[in-house]
Amino acid sequence: MEYGFTTAAYVVASVLFILSLGGLSGQESAKRAIWYGIVGMALAVIATLFGPGAGNWLLSLIMIAIGGAIGWVVAKRVQMTEMPQLVAAMHSLVGLAAVFVGFNAQIELGRVLRAKADGVAHEFAGFAAILAHKTPAEIAMLKIEVFLGIFIGAITFTGSVVAFGKLAGKVDGKPKKLPGGHMLNAGALALSLLLGILYFTGVGPALFWLVLITLLAFFIGYHLIMGIGGADMPVVVSMLNSYSGWAAAMIGFTLSNDLLIVTGALVGSSGAILSYIMCKAMNRQFVSVILGGFGGDTGPAAEIEGEQVAIDADGVASALNDADSVVIVPGYGMAVAQAQGAVSELTRKLRAAGKEVRFAIHPVAGRLPGHMNVLLAEAKVPYDIVLEMEEINDDFPKTDVVIVIGSNDIVNPAAQDDPNSPIAGMPVLEVWKAKNVFVSKRGQGTGYSGIENPLFFKENTRMFYGDAKDSLNKLLPMID
Amino acid sequence: MKIGALREGFEGEARVAITPSSAGHMAKLGHEVFVESGAGDRAGFSDDDYRKAGVTVCQTAAELIAAVDMVAKVRQPTEAEIEGMREGQTLISFFYPAQNQDLLAKAKDQGITAIAMDMVPRISRAQKMDALSSMANIAGYRAVIEAANNFGRFFTGQVTAAGKVPPAKVLVVGAGVAGLAAIGTSASLGAQVHAFDVRPEVAEQIESMGAEFVYLDFDEAATDGAATGGYAAPSSPEFREKQLEKFRELAPQMDVVITTALIPGRDAPVLWTADMVAAMKPGSVIVDLAAEKGGNCELTVQDERIVTENGVVVIGYTDFPSRMGAQASELYGNNIRHFVTDLTPKKDGVFDHNMEDDVIRGATVAHDHDVTWPPPPPKVAAIAAQKPKEKKKELTPEERKAAEAAAFKADTRNQVGLLLGGGLVVLLVGLVAPASFMSHFIVFVLACFVGFRVIWNVAHSLHTPLMAVTNAISSIIILGALMQIGSGSWLVMLLGALAVLMAGVNIFGGFMITRRMLAMFQKS
Repeated sequence: MEYGFTTAAYVVASVLFILSLGGLSGQESAKRAIWYGIVGMALAVIATLFGPGAGNWLLSLIMIAIGGAIGWVVAKRVQMTEMPQLVAAMHSLVGLAAVFVGFNAQIELGRVLRAKADGVAHEFAGFAAILAHKTPAEIAMLKIEVFLGIFIGAITFTGSVVAFGKLAGKVDGKPKKLPGGHMLNAGALALSLLLGILYFTGVGPALFWLVLITLLAFFIGYHLIMGIGGADMPVVVSMLNSYSGWAAAMIGFTLSNDLLIVTGALVGSSGAILSYIMCKAMNRQFVSVILGGFGGDTGPAAEIEGEQVAIDADGVASALNDADSVVIVPGYGMAVAQAQGAVSELTRKLRAAGKEVRFAIHPVAGRLPGHMNVLLAEAKVPYDIVLEMEEINDDFPKTDVVIVIGSNDIVNPAAQDDPNSPIAGMPVLEVWKAKNVFVSKRGQGTGYSGIENPLFFKENTRMFYGDAKDSLNKLLPMID
Repeated sequence: MKIGALREGFEGEARVAITPSSAGHMAKLGHEVFVESGAGDRAGFSDDDYRKAGVTVCQTAAELIAAVDMVAKVRQPTEAEIEGMREGQTLISFFYPAQNQDLLAKAKDQGITAIAMDMVPRISRAQKMDALSSMANIAGYRAVIEAANNFGRFFTGQVTAAGKVPPAKVLVVGAGVAGLAAIGTSASLGAQVHAFDVRPEVAEQIESMGAEFVYLDFDEAATDGAATGGYAAPSSPEFREKQLEKFRELAPQMDVVITTALIPGRDAPVLWTADMVAAMKPGSVIVDLAAEKGGNCELTVQDERIVTENGVVVIGYTDFPSRMGAQASELYGNNIRHFVTDLTPKKDGVFDHNMEDDVIRGATVAHDHDVTWPPPPPKVAAIAAQKPKEKKKELTPEERKAAEAAAFKADTRNQVGLLLGGGLVVLLVGLVAPASFMSHFIVFVLACFVGFRVIWNVAHSLHTPLMAVTNAISSIIILGALMQIGSGSWLVMLLGALAVLMAGVNIFGGFMITRRMLAMFQKS
């Protein structure tokens, strides 16, 4: 009877989770969908706490309360620009939790097996009771699941920690590899597989093998993400998102818990799709992103001739005052300069003057999928004027003024014109087709990828040097 | 320094080199501005207008030349004017040094510095002083107005109660500054505009102005405009033939033809031959902006409007900018003013004739008893080199159908392949794995499927909230920890408790932050 209740709760929770993800297809439905997620989670936790198999619910409740309080405070305080690192940090927690749960499974398994071997007919409680009913074949399967769960969880943990460090600026964003590069990773992987086989066949101390595997996976996660640069972080974060899901799904198999499997699979596929979308937006293979750095030499890039022409706030303001349609292209630089408030104010003023103002968001702008949208939303830019690349790319020839704020590679015409460019073939925002392009940029340097941007040398481009926030604030009083 | 504008002596020249407004700007740079009495009359600026702008009006040319350090003019100077100048004085005007070697020699002997506005290099920085472009822009506009004036019909198409009026068809040959201005003006009058240029890289500019680019099916590697500083170069005889053939085909349809094709330092190429004129409809108009260099049209007579036997009007005026004296003076005055700005970098009213500067060096044709023309090539290339554009092939309906069918087939193959492969893997797993595992495995596969379907529909703008919410729900791993926490040893309990704690952080943090983000998204 009680089992039936738990299962029913799980079914409802699964449906709620699916609905909550599905609701994210639109901004308005999303506000409702989030409640589905919350209710689903509450239902699942309560059903488990008071269902069969759970013990020590007092300790559980205390731990949830403490964790919840921490989560609540962090979520309340975090700045929207710090979103990427927060998400990465949260992934690391899921990864570590998966590792712990995996270890527990092995410890319990050992205890149950020992008891069985001793012929002691224990009355096992909770989780151990489930294990006790398993056939040898099932136990073999369980070991594979434990191995995978721990392995993926551990990679997720260190990977996310490194990603957090890079995103928060605590670790240098440049790709770094230990001598040996990917051979080290491959070696560690091979070794963990070997240990996994030892563990599986039951040779030697099982728990010790698992600890070694965990350490190796920790190393792989660390080294893999250290080798990936800052601008590829959207892919990395989505990938880790995916991994945390797969780890949960593996643990679900271990515990024979369908809700865990369903949820893990949902999260895993969500992360996988996000990574795919990000890779597609950069026209790069997933593997080459993960292996880090831009792939080999493709021949000399086309030389750029011409000069970068600077302009002052007066010039930009007069062009804006004359313009009928304006498109703003924000990038990571806007987040760094915390310029979203100034951007929003500029938008408000221009719109009040009857001009059409829109935003063009490239899928990989920023350090997190959808990063720019969140920042603009925070600054109260209405979401219906924030458009995706496909929606707005055809409109650039009809646009009077484009303002590029802190983005570089995503507006680089070399991606289309120069087959030798390292970013050749990457879909980009065709801002150079507009009548005037103003680029707000700190200096003459190249972007993350180190590629010269011919856009800056075009005849209709003017460089608006300076910190994005200061530049925009200088501009604001001149708009009428 | 003292800068003064002479009254133009050339017959019919209405422009003036300094306007009251440009004088005001130069005064801000610390210069004193003079003007010869009556210099601005034909452009609509009276002596009083100048006086109001703080300009000193001199009664005669000699008086002005004696008073100033820099003489500004529009047309090239006469010998007498140069002779009247003294050593060390600067002259700024159109000069055409290639055609006026004698004047150049005279300037050198006289020891004056001559700045030729027609020699300003074509680089981005110098666009604001490019008088050739600003004058060409006016010429292009005026050419259309003259054409409309001589064309007995509407430019724009109309459907009226009295009958339907077709739009005029305009062909613009040569899409330089003048050509582009002509395209823009004709298009805004409502005409159907076609345009041709030997430089394929201008196709985009032509289309952006609202005209249709006339493509030539020709394989020869087209000359790159960048190699010649943005100007057209002479084309091969074969190319010319092909071009004329295309024009012959177009001639009977066109109501207005505006030719602007010039090649630097050469006579204008003949592109519109007598037989093409003969093929045109009566009442059609040809405006030849190249008349000064012999004309693109075979029948052009310089400075005259003629009517051919079949009633086609051919206009060969050469004074288009002068026909819009006020506007032309305003723009030319600004060009001069910008040049003076570059000459006084410190804004202290003192000239610094910096011969290291690309723009100043390029425009200076005589300096310090020396002829400084032709200038060395500028350090910065005018325009980036362009790659020829591949013309996209229009697919025939059959080809498109075939391509679609092929894509469909490839899709089907892909899907069937994936299904078979996936099925095989599941089968293999089923052979070894226990039944209880398989029941979970089905759940897993279905959940992946549902996940993929659902996530594809998530709006791009909500990807960050998606990550936060998936983060929160991936803490479902808390269930595992909850189940283990009460079973077994203290170690299990400890690890379980920690896992619960971490998952708890995630659940609350994840949902909280998602709610915060979603609440921010507002509709306008």
